[in-house]
Amino acid sequence: MSDTSELLKIQDLYACIGEISILKGINLEIKPGEIHAIMGRNGSGKTTTANIIMGHPDYEVEKGIVELNGKDLLEMETWERAREGVFLSFQYPQSVPGLQVGNFLRKSVAAILGEEAAKGKEFRNKLKESMKELDIPSSFLGRYVNDGFSGGEKKRFEILQLMLMKPKLAILDETDSGLDIDGIRTVAKGINAAIRGTDSGALIITHYSRILEHVKPDKIHVLISGKIVKTGGPELALELEEKGYDWLEEDSEN
Amino acid sequence: MVDDDAREAVGDYKAGWHDPENSTIRFDAGLSEKVVRDISELKNEPEWMTDIRVKAFKHFDERPMPTWGNMSMLEEIDFESICYYLRSSKATENDWEDVPEDIRNTFDRLGIPDAEQKWLSGVTAQYESEAVYHSIREDLEKQGVIFLDMDSGLREHEELVKKWFCSVVPYSDNKFSALNTAVWSGGSFIYVPKGVHVELPVQAYFRINAKNMGQFERTLIIADEGSSIHYVEGCTAPTYSTDSLHSAVVELIALPGAHIRYSTVQNWSANVYNLVTKRGVAHEKAKIEWVDGNIGSKLTMKYPSVILKGEGSHAEVISVAYSGAGQHQDAGAKIHHLASNTTSKILSKSISKDGGRGSYRGQVTVSKKAENCKLNVVCDALILDENSRSDTYPTMEVANPTARCEHEASVSKVSDNQLFYLMSRGHSEEEALALIVNGFFEPFTRELPMEYAVELNKLMALEMEGSIG
Repeated sequence: MSDTSELLKIQDLYACIGEISILKGINLEIKPGEIHAIMGRNGSGKTTTANIIMGHPDYEVEKGIVELNGKDLLEMETWERAREGVFLSFQYPQSVPGLQVGNFLRKSVAAILGEEAAKGKEFRNKLKESMKELDIPSSFLGRYVNDGFSGGEKKRFEILQLMLMKPKLAILDETDSGLDIDGIRTVAKGINAAIRGTDSGALIITHYSRILEHVKPDKIHVLISGKIVKTGGPELALELEEKGYDWLEEDSEN
Repeated sequence: MVDDDAREAVGDYKAGWHDPENSTIRFDAGLSEKVVRDISELKNEPEWMTDIRVKAFKHFDERPMPTWGNMSMLEEIDFESICYYLRSSKATENDWEDVPEDIRNTFDRLGIPDAEQKWLSGVTAQYESEAVYHSIREDLEKQGVIFLDMDSGLREHEELVKKWFCSVVPYSDNKFSALNTAVWSGGSFIYVPKGVHVELPVQAYFRINAKNMGQFERTLIIADEGSSIHYVEGCTAPTYSTDSLHSAVVELIALPGAHIRYSTVQNWSANVYNLVTKRGVAHEKAKIEWVDGNIGSKLTMKYPSVILKGEGSHAEVISVAYSGAGQHQDAGAKIHHLASNTTSKILSKSISKDGGRGSYRGQVTVSKKAENCKLNVVCDALILDENSRSDTYPTMEVANPTARCEHEASVSKVSDNQLFYLMSRGHSEEEALALIVNGFFEPFTRELPMEYAVELNKLMALEMEGSIG
């Protein structure tokens, strides 16, 4: 039986892409209100974990459990997961030429939170407020989704969506990469505003500890070759900064 | 060739229309000089028009099928099984209440009377061969704007029609312009006097209702010096297992400084051949724009054209084409720069899906004595699956070295990552595809009146339904 006190429960998850197995037995539990981080090198399976929670069609789950509030996410289509409250902030958000940002936001909020949530003054105020918080000018609404956006604009746009869509679980895939220190501070502000003080949870995927100075995680997991080899508190980030991943790699091989 | 009812009606016509209420006239299928003469006689036309019709018929009869486009589909047209004239209402009314109920219901369902009240300057609604409803706002009529169905135009303004009819598209232009000239019926006749600006669009709506029907409307728009008008047309037909033929001719004349914009949202059912000749002449500093959307039909062959005859004139053709299963949209544009300092822009966007085929066929020419012309051609294709096809046949013939030409073409596919991104925002796969497709068409839809743009987006969303395999 599922224990519904967990927001996200990943148990013994194995996944592959084609013939190549990438995740080799992931276990992870996030409780409501918690922020966790997954750290690890390129190719360790971080983005795969994010994509599998969201339901990317390229990956095949070989075995394991992924549940949100006790509901089996693996049985659901991607949009059903989104409507259930899973949000993924993409490392490389896709552009949709011709689709205006304002229109896209309204339609997406309507799809996830219902038609009423995307109407009226409350939505407009929330939009204005969130854009201000992220230093996004109002002219942004007339541009096309991610079309010709700078790296920083793309990341801030992902966080703007996070703030409007109010997910139960936010997964942030390398949201800090390619941002300068001001950019990191701005998006961190957005993440804190969306998660802290709510029942929602977040999973931050990153290479670096910088963003974790601004969004204090409750737990940090180190992913190496498709397995979580170490879990610790915020102090683990600093340790990794100092010592790199090699010492853990040796551990995991033993 | 004419059945008994029609014979009787032709007889009655001369006597002043005493046929019983709700009678219809349906000519027997097939085409001959006799049918052409009967149509002209039924309409009580002047002799010169009968003569043009007969000449055009002879030309049609002798002229071979085009040897390009989709020849195998063209060969399937059975000209003998088509009905060339069908009338379902005895008159063109100017009050919807007077339009026969079943026809009125059709247009109600299509939302025409509603649109008329809200945002149009005038409406004409054609059902089969004849206009059944027609109206224009009083203030425009007072300013001398003429907006009539083509038959009334010929009756009431014969000199104007005689002067301009076939002046832009001669009957001998192509096989289908010859066919249209021989058997034309309905369409719009518009004259905008000097300096008059018609602010709200006027709309024509064409409906084919019967099986094996041929609709051959003829439209002539003359915008006098410094005037402007926006004409919008929509087309639909029910789906039958047998084919219908729509072959229209549209002629636009923009006199010095005039501006004509002609917008089309063509949504014929997938059993309609849509073979249309559209051409305009722009005089000095005039501007002609074609905004052309092709969503339906079995085969469309249509290349809105502009002849830039006067110095400083401008042409724009913005078109989109959607080709689904069993459809071929062979569409594009033609622009001829005959005078100096003329400019043109072509933007063509096509989507093909479920084995549909989209072709862009374009021709831009600059004549030797036309100095400093500027032309810009952009064609983009979006292919939604492996079975579908997109081709581009661009031609540029530039005989003057001072011309500045730009040409861009792109072919793209919808990527899984793009769909995944949108689905992660709560949109089903079909909705995600519709968002991408509507985005692709956006440069076109933003040129349409809002009501049409919304309609087009809805249509595309419908086309995406059930499309995910």
